[in-house]
Amino acid sequence: MSTLGNMRRAMNAEAKRRQRLYWTVLAAVLAVLPWVFSSSFAVSIMTQIGIASIFALSYNMLLGQGGMLSFGHAVYFGLGGFLAMHFMNYIEGGFPLPVPLLPIIGGLIGLLFGVIFGSFSTRRAGTVFAMISLGIAELIASSSLIFVKFFGGEEGITGDRTMGAPFLNFNYATDIEVYYIAAIWTFIAMFAMYWFSRSPMGRMANAVRENPERAEFIGYSQRKVRLISFCASGFFAGLAGGIFAIAYEIVTEETLGLNQSGSVLLMAYIGGIGYFIGPVIGAILLTLLRTVLSNFTDIWLLYLGLIFLATVLFAPAGLSGLLMMHGPAYKARRMGLLLVPYATMAIPILITTIGITGILELAHFAQNTSVDDRVMMLYGIPSNIDSLLPWAVLVGLAGIGIYGIRRAKAGVLEAWDQANAPIAPGGQDKS
Amino acid sequence: MLEITLFSLLNGTVYGLLLFMLSSGLTLIFSMMGILNFAHASFYALGAYFAFQISRYIGFWPGLIFAPLIVGLIGAGVERYALRHVHKFGHVAELVFTFGLAFLLEEIIQFIWGNDQRPYHGPDILDFPLFVMFGANFPAYKFFMLSISILIFIGLLLVLTKTRVGLIIQAAITHPHMVGMLGHNVPLVFMLTFGTGTALAGIAGVIAGPVMGTYPAMATDLGSIVFVVVVIGGLGSLGGALVASLLIGIVQTFAVAINVSVNDFLNLIGVSFGPDHFLVDLWTMTLPMMAPLIPYLMLILILIFRPTGLFGNRET
Repeated sequence: MSTLGNMRRAMNAEAKRRQRLYWTVLAAVLAVLPWVFSSSFAVSIMTQIGIASIFALSYNMLLGQGGMLSFGHAVYFGLGGFLAMHFMNYIEGGFPLPVPLLPIIGGLIGLLFGVIFGSFSTRRAGTVFAMISLGIAELIASSSLIFVKFFGGEEGITGDRTMGAPFLNFNYATDIEVYYIAAIWTFIAMFAMYWFSRSPMGRMANAVRENPERAEFIGYSQRKVRLISFCASGFFAGLAGGIFAIAYEIVTEETLGLNQSGSVLLMAYIGGIGYFIGPVIGAILLTLLRTVLSNFTDIWLLYLGLIFLATVLFAPAGLSGLLMMHGPAYKARRMGLLLVPYATMAIPILITTIGITGILELAHFAQNTSVDDRVMMLYGIPSNIDSLLPWAVLVGLAGIGIYGIRRAKAGVLEAWDQANAPIAPGGQDKS
Repeated sequence: MLEITLFSLLNGTVYGLLLFMLSSGLTLIFSMMGILNFAHASFYALGAYFAFQISRYIGFWPGLIFAPLIVGLIGAGVERYALRHVHKFGHVAELVFTFGLAFLLEEIIQFIWGNDQRPYHGPDILDFPLFVMFGANFPAYKFFMLSISILIFIGLLLVLTKTRVGLIIQAAITHPHMVGMLGHNVPLVFMLTFGTGTALAGIAGVIAGPVMGTYPAMATDLGSIVFVVVVIGGLGSLGGALVASLLIGIVQTFAVAINVSVNDFLNLIGVSFGPDHFLVDLWTMTLPMMAPLIPYLMLILILIFRPTGLFGNRET
């Protein structure tokens, strides 16, 4: 009895120590990042990633933890942003509030609308919830074009973050200062959301997601549990909206539109809704895709759609799910077994990707070019779209790649089974 | 007033029956497979674009036949090779999949046909006013849309109630396992239903493209409204879908046609506000401005107070 207790206590202490380490590392990384990537482009991308991370994590409070699929999460993000922007303008007029605290205003607005819309939409999960969220999203998106005074019509509303009274000698004129505001809020919000997911409340949200009836039988109202998750999620979405208002100094109707709601779903799902870290991975990946990939190609949204569908079809647990799948093999020290099969799989996947993106890029170029301009620089190679050669090469690459993937599949599956085979009792396994 | 009423009724019916062509497929798919197909309106857009492409080479009428067929084949392929696979991961994954499909199809349409509206027109033979009333004319093409929609409704009703296939479909809606036990190939029925539903959306696209415009966002513009229709009518109820389609169609056309503002009402009871008031947008709001909001308000109210919809007998 006491040995068991001691063991448990030791394990808890170990887990706590590890937790503390993770959070310290995160804080250190957030603090050091702008010195490593110091160009103003990189700093603004990192600010964007911070905002997107909070937004995606707040979305995952609904989808991942609570099992509520929402198509209108940007409503809370956007309304938080709008109110924060209005308050930024009040600050310019003398309202006594330091600019870095604006996200709290956004969060409170998100919370308020979470209470209002949650009060009737959280009665059920599943399809009803999804439909009501879509209805609310359309309603708010249409209203944003009607109520011009509040939403500013198509131009949106703008503000100036530097006009407030300086707070500790900062006047927020530079990207770095904005980055640190975003980074501090990201850290606080991530910590709070992690704490929420580990709290008894977060656990009950999971229980209601899995089996609402049983949760009711042990005395919890499924509706109340959903409502609390919903409100908390609205708060953090609004908080992210508030940071968005500070960072961009403009909020438009697109901020609360359906595309924004869709993109947060993409982030959470591609990153993986099953793990706390998943939406953060998704936010980082999608922000990088949006900012970096869009510099190289016009059709990046097409690629994004392909990546998204591929995730839903082949990796429904998302990227974090793929990573975590390797936990048992890692603990059993058998990752080495997977190395060679993975490499033989990676090569044909790379070849297929090169082939297919090449075809798409070439086709896109062929459609938008003039009669005189027939040569495209594809992967640094001049390719004439009128000759058969580049097309044949690309189709050939894609074909070889797909053939290679099929060939390599069996090897990967076999290695996977070996790596995850139960360890033989009584000692080290030989395989 | 009579003029507005008559024309709004006519236009509302045309629009409503168009909505029905989309919502009938959606509601059939939902009642059988339990899948709310977010990409349904994307198949409508595909129908319009295919018909546009065909009409450039061999004219409008072949497009009316072939475009829905191609769309239906694509739909059946999506069910067979993707949706069936995603089904294992549960309902949320299915919803997310169809959402992603809608996103991807819009991008593919933009990739192939570009961002601008395409010049897709109806046939010349229908390019005349059918009748003139109060100085405004009613185009023959709209009458053609009306007749096609009604024909499809009657055809669908006959197939579902009078044929053997229809009986199997009806049985598979409520008792898919039992139908499987009786030796019918339920996955095949599912695939055919999905194909037929998307083909219906395709027909809607073919005949609506010339009137509503053929542009990449045409799916998103109509998609949410179609959802509103099936939810208000009651998921899985064809009759409900018809009533709700007509209701939404007529309500929206009337709302656009009748120009009253909140101010008019306030003036009636003797209240007026200056133009600088903080809530000025509220007073100057007019019914045509409200028109896009009305369906969603109705959706939310229905889902709160009657989650089964008007004619449905199961909760969404």
